[in-house]
Amino acid sequence: MATTLTERRSEAARGADWREILIWAGTALGVAGMYMAILYAPEEATMSHAQRIFYVHVPSAWVGFLAFGVVFAASVGFLWTRRRSFDLAAHASTEIGVVFTTLAIASGAVWGKSAWGTWWTWDPRLTTTFMLWFIYVVSLMVRAYGGSGGQSARFAAVLGIVGFLDIPLIHLSVVWWRSLHPLPVVVSSEGFGSGLPPEMLYALLVNVAAFTLLYVALFSIRRAQMGAQDAIAAQRDDDRRSTFRRGLPGIQEGSR
Amino acid sequence: MSALAVVRQLLWKDLLLELRTREILTAMTVFAMLVAVVFNFAFSPSPQDALRLLPGMLWVTLAFASTLGLSRSFVLERDQQCLEALRLFPFDPGLIYAGKLLSNLLALLAVEILLLPALAVIAGVPLLGHIGALAAVLLLGSVGLVAVGTLFSAMSVNTRIREVLLPVLLFPLAAPVLISGVRSTLGILAGRPWADVLPGVRLLVAFDVIFVVVGYLIFEYVVEE
Amino acid sequence: MRAYIPSRGGVWVQALAVRDITKSFGPVRALRGVTLTVARGEALAIFGPNGAGKTTLLKIASTLMRPSSGQVLLFGADPSQAPHLRRLIGMVSHHSYLYPGLTGLENLLFTARLYGCSDAEARAEAMLAAVGLAGRGGDLVRTYSRGMTQRLSIARALVHDPQILLLDEPYTGLDRSSAAAFTELLMAMRGSRTIVLTTHSIEQGVALSDRVAILVDGVVAYEAGNGAGDVRTIERVYAECVGVPA
Repeated sequence: MATTLTERRSEAARGADWREILIWAGTALGVAGMYMAILYAPEEATMSHAQRIFYVHVPSAWVGFLAFGVVFAASVGFLWTRRRSFDLAAHASTEIGVVFTTLAIASGAVWGKSAWGTWWTWDPRLTTTFMLWFIYVVSLMVRAYGGSGGQSARFAAVLGIVGFLDIPLIHLSVVWWRSLHPLPVVVSSEGFGSGLPPEMLYALLVNVAAFTLLYVALFSIRRAQMGAQDAIAAQRDDDRRSTFRRGLPGIQEGSR
Repeated sequence: MSALAVVRQLLWKDLLLELRTREILTAMTVFAMLVAVVFNFAFSPSPQDALRLLPGMLWVTLAFASTLGLSRSFVLERDQQCLEALRLFPFDPGLIYAGKLLSNLLALLAVEILLLPALAVIAGVPLLGHIGALAAVLLLGSVGLVAVGTLFSAMSVNTRIREVLLPVLLFPLAAPVLISGVRSTLGILAGRPWADVLPGVRLLVAFDVIFVVVGYLIFEYVVEE
Repeated sequence: MRAYIPSRGGVWVQALAVRDITKSFGPVRALRGVTLTVARGEALAIFGPNGAGKTTLLKIASTLMRPSSGQVLLFGADPSQAPHLRRLIGMVSHHSYLYPGLTGLENLLFTARLYGCSDAEARAEAMLAAVGLAGRGGDLVRTYSRGMTQRLSIARALVHDPQILLLDEPYTGLDRSSAAAFTELLMAMRGSRTIVLTTHSIEQGVALSDRVAILVDGVVAYEAGNGAGDVRTIERVYAECVGVPA
């Protein structure tokens, strides 16, 4: 963050970078989305105003799964190429994904309370989202406790791949187990969006777009932060070694 | 040396080590029995309830008992860095996974053979009539548990929190096995037609195939340095 | 102080070659460009302080570890592309690689079979005899002394008759007589096998080797053929490289 006057001036002169633009765009779209969710969209027939949390729940769940897809792709990339940038991408997406998934579950619980009277129901989509949350959390545990840097990165990548392949199976097994979710209003057998009045659909799409933009912005910021942390650590290690070796006779860098 | 011969040799080594001490088998079986008894304390099922509760009790007990055997299986390689020695052999590291998968599977199946009659007696549920279908479902489910469990055991054995990490990894990812296993067992014991139980069996087969293959391919990334 | 390494032309003469090996663990760079070659039948001793990267280098040479960059060649071929080449290597680590719950003979049988030896039983018994453990082959390794375990480790590393023997600080924890017995075993192999050895003991390393290298901070700080085995010279150079008073 620019604190001194000179820093602020030079930052202003540089102009906004694309991450800032994304944040602003996402926020603006989010505000529009909230307006549409609260005031524009009509009241739902069976449930009351509390149903409007649907406009937070669905987009956050969408982003939670999208983020995990990114984790999967980055994990495959990491194991394939061993490039640290893939690992950092997977890590950043995991952190942000868990936040959105938590939001999805919390908002889902609130919606459930207003719609069915209980804070938790084991309906398939909510359950699968909950399992995804667990996989995220375990992923973060593996990164924290998985041992030295290279090892925990590899383990997290393996978990990213195994988890991603598991999610459909988890979902199918839960669907077979029970089904209590109200008729899917967005995607149904008659086609996309046919169960929803158009105003609700627009409100939903605007919110989905807003959340997605915010995800992309947060992801790129976090990813850049991690890259910077890495660079600092590498520089520190270099400095430590060169201090040690300064003034020792007979040693040339890379000598045979 | 053929892949089959390699796996056979690895399995022979694990069996020989285990049969000499019988540590893992004993621990797993005793633990499984204890968990089953605790369940009975907790639920005090009447004969009508017992039929409904048995599948859940069975599968949860197996899930917990399996973590015991799974974690032990790689700990014995850790002792003298034997896993490094295994990686020095001129064969695909996935074969190490295959060998461990089979030895873990045999251990779990042995526990099931002992546990099932005991559970039937304690819970007062007659199982003999459905033994064929039950055995099939148990086999499929055990393969699934052990397929992901062996992979995660190799991961967690190298961490500071290995006793905690293995169950925490295993249970969410083996959820399809537990859910399908319980539902299928319930259906079988309740005498439901095969069509009702089939979706669960299909899920188990899909899970097994996918994760045995994925485990085999991805194992080398878990154990490499 | 650089010794001239005679080039004998033809890559097949080089039993083991590592080229421009780097290895990073996250931001920490353990090896920063190491190039070493060992000719067929030659014995190389690598000295260096803790943390210099000796174990890392040996693990990379044995294919146990992937380098961050660089190449490993065994008799001119790349083992990462051809895993069956691992048969050329026998490794002795400061871990024994033995199963304490199996007997000495069973450990050797297991190893010989997995290396694809058709005459595993004969080889196992022969190796047991060669290291002087013929009478104890039927006992669990758990009952062995440290010296016996070390001898069995060597037997295990050699049972499949590898061309290259890699030893990572094999003298760790050995008393004087066991160390002497161990050195005797290695001496018997000089010339017929290629040996690479890392050790803290300059005295023992120099006695066993044709060439020495000193690894400091992930680079080769010194490399030479030591001819008549001048321990004091090497010790002095080592002290200089590492920066401690001799």
